[in-house]
Amino acid sequence: MAKETKQVVDFDALMDEVNAEFPMIQILDEEGKLVSEDVQLDITDDEMVELMSRMVWARVLDQRSIALNRQGRLGFYAPTAGQEASQLASHYALEKEDFLLPGYRDVPQLIMHGLPLKEAFLWSRGHAGGNKYAPELRAMPPQIIIGAQYVQAAGVALGLKKRNKKNVAITYTGDGGSSQGDFYEGINFAGAYNAPAIFIIQNNGFAISTPRSVQTKAKTLAQKAVAAGIPGVQVDGMDALAVYAVTKAARARAVAGDGPTLIETMTYRYGPHTLSGDDPTRYRTKETDDIWVKRDPLTRMRNFLTAKGLWTEEKENELIEAAKEEIKEAIKQADQEPKQKVSDFLKNMFETPDQLLKEQIATFEAKESK
Amino acid sequence: MRERTYLEAVNEALDEALAEDESVFLLGEDIGVYGGGFGATKGLIEKYGNKRVRATPISESAIAGAAVGAAMTGMRPIFELQFSDFITIALDQIVNQAAKIHYMYGGKASVPLVMRTAGGSGTGAAAQHSQSLENWTAHIPGLKVVQPSTPYDAKGLLHTAIEDQNPVMFYEHKLCYKMTGDVPAGKYTIPFGVADIKQTGTDVTIVATGIMVHKALKVAEQAQEAGISVEVIDPRTLVPLDIETIITSVKKTGRLLVVHEAVKRSGFGGEVASLVAESDGFYALKAPIKRLGGEAVPMPYQPQLEQNAIPQVSNIYEAVLSLMKQ
Ligand SMILES: Cc1ncc(C[n+]2csc(CCOP(=O)(O)OP(=O)(O)O)c2C)c(N)n1
Ligand SMILES: [Mg+2]
Repeated sequence: MAKETKQVVDFDALMDEVNAEFPMIQILDEEGKLVSEDVQLDITDDEMVELMSRMVWARVLDQRSIALNRQGRLGFYAPTAGQEASQLASHYALEKEDFLLPGYRDVPQLIMHGLPLKEAFLWSRGHAGGNKYAPELRAMPPQIIIGAQYVQAAGVALGLKKRNKKNVAITYTGDGGSSQGDFYEGINFAGAYNAPAIFIIQNNGFAISTPRSVQTKAKTLAQKAVAAGIPGVQVDGMDALAVYAVTKAARARAVAGDGPTLIETMTYRYGPHTLSGDDPTRYRTKETDDIWVKRDPLTRMRNFLTAKGLWTEEKENELIEAAKEEIKEAIKQADQEPKQKVSDFLKNMFETPDQLLKEQIATFEAKESK
Repeated sequence: MRERTYLEAVNEALDEALAEDESVFLLGEDIGVYGGGFGATKGLIEKYGNKRVRATPISESAIAGAAVGAAMTGMRPIFELQFSDFITIALDQIVNQAAKIHYMYGGKASVPLVMRTAGGSGTGAAAQHSQSLENWTAHIPGLKVVQPSTPYDAKGLLHTAIEDQNPVMFYEHKLCYKMTGDVPAGKYTIPFGVADIKQTGTDVTIVATGIMVHKALKVAEQAQEAGISVEVIDPRTLVPLDIETIITSVKKTGRLLVVHEAVKRSGFGGEVASLVAESDGFYALKAPIKRLGGEAVPMPYQPQLEQNAIPQVSNIYEAVLSLMKQ
């Protein structure tokens, strides 16, 4: 007679726990209306207008950057349209003294943090002048090795903690980046030391061609925080007010000494992965694109602010024209930057060059002065 | 002649191996509908399905490590690293695991995996996407290192790599992908450890790898016009290395120039030069051995500077002339 066996582990119940809701936090719906009457907005009207202005600015920068790249006037570029709320609303929750560790797509945040536009253009062209940050710019240049910024952010946050700064380190990766060993090690490390860090995953649904579903079995990326013992929050990344509110709360928590937070922003990049030859039609459909365009972060915020009487079409057009002018001016300045020489590269190698390097520098300087 | 690109040659070898052997499978980032970083796996997921062509999460360590595990238990994984620079993330699995398992398990276990990856500069991919780090793996006992320069070699050597019972590092060069050449239909293999004399000559021996083979061949043409006869040898595999062919050539020409794109300092050229200097080929030398390699700087992004950072045809030609003066 078969013996009744009692389950040692109830896996179904366990999976329900694993997949416990990580609800997506939203403040504005797709029409730009408050999702609930009870929402307390922790942001002033002026701040909302400023945030919207920044998003408009970034959209113009994206369009212009693509055009400049096509004309051969700009180098590497990873499009940002669609991710404005995810990028700029999270950044807007920061203070100037907070430390930013961006990925290659996060140039808008860097500029808002104080990187002159001209220098952002130089970076795109591979000019070292684009990476010589002023000391007051508390940021690192965009990371290109997926995940590396996450472990570095833990280190930056540790430093802030040691020096008793009331500041945070904030870093960004993508849905694809959240599969990298460095991702897990970074959030775990920061958690282990209760370091003041904010880890953002901008989940735009794809890592080049690879859909989010291939990256992990986890239902949300936010829940990866559980294993590190830190809070994980999923937020509507097309909703600037929600992204702002969540990041601001995470910042307050970190500064209060309560440790790091992981934030997953649900977003989309409208354009190709980068302008170095990607064709998104190979891996996504127009239908998917359309769903996300309906959630557009600018449209939503525009509707909300317009209804409140805080925004007009004229104002937006003025901003767009001003942005175009600013970009034109910055690219001109970038054009005027002296070209890099081999000797410059050699000089950048070490703080104190050894004898051989000194000789190499001298050789190239002699050649270059001819 | 059946003309195909280097990229197509790689693709054909993968296709044929997948067709022939059920235990062969591919893994790597974007290798599915996207066809991999440079298109080498194009069309394969459609043909063999996603269990044999696995587009993976972005996890180089897991890609390499999963390949090690799969290989030890009877599969023949071929993994792609989009850029050879990302080997840094996979290195524990390659260096401390794959390379040593056969040895540490007393020959009882084997790791028949292939790492395929795109190395080299010339595409404006900058410091972290343009390195030539093949010498790192050549330094590790337990790894075989292949660096094909032509479509024909790419296909034949890849087949050999896949058949090999030990881990093989297969370095493709980004600028070679579009090059065309004769690629026979169907499977053929090229044995490891057999250098190919790409051009015969009597005055100077150039040992070149990867993209430098093509530059050396241009130099041989130029030199011909100046009445200098250059022999160009492509070792094709760094490990095992066919040093005999090189020494024989040096005994004939009495002059040796070693050229690679990888940074010259501590580069593989030092190994070739030393082996010749240690051999009886040394007595045949009419001039000191010369090496050319990349500058000891991270790869610049700007195209002109990028070219300055590695040997160009003109540098190789000058080196040949200077050897001839002695
Ligand atoms: C370690 C490493 N592996 C692979 C790559 C190549 N690569 C560049 S971007 C990218 C996809 C990243 O996707 P995701 O993290 O989702 O960010 P997104 O580009 O969508 O913003 C890959 C695989 C890299 N740069 N670094
Ligand atoms: Mg992504």
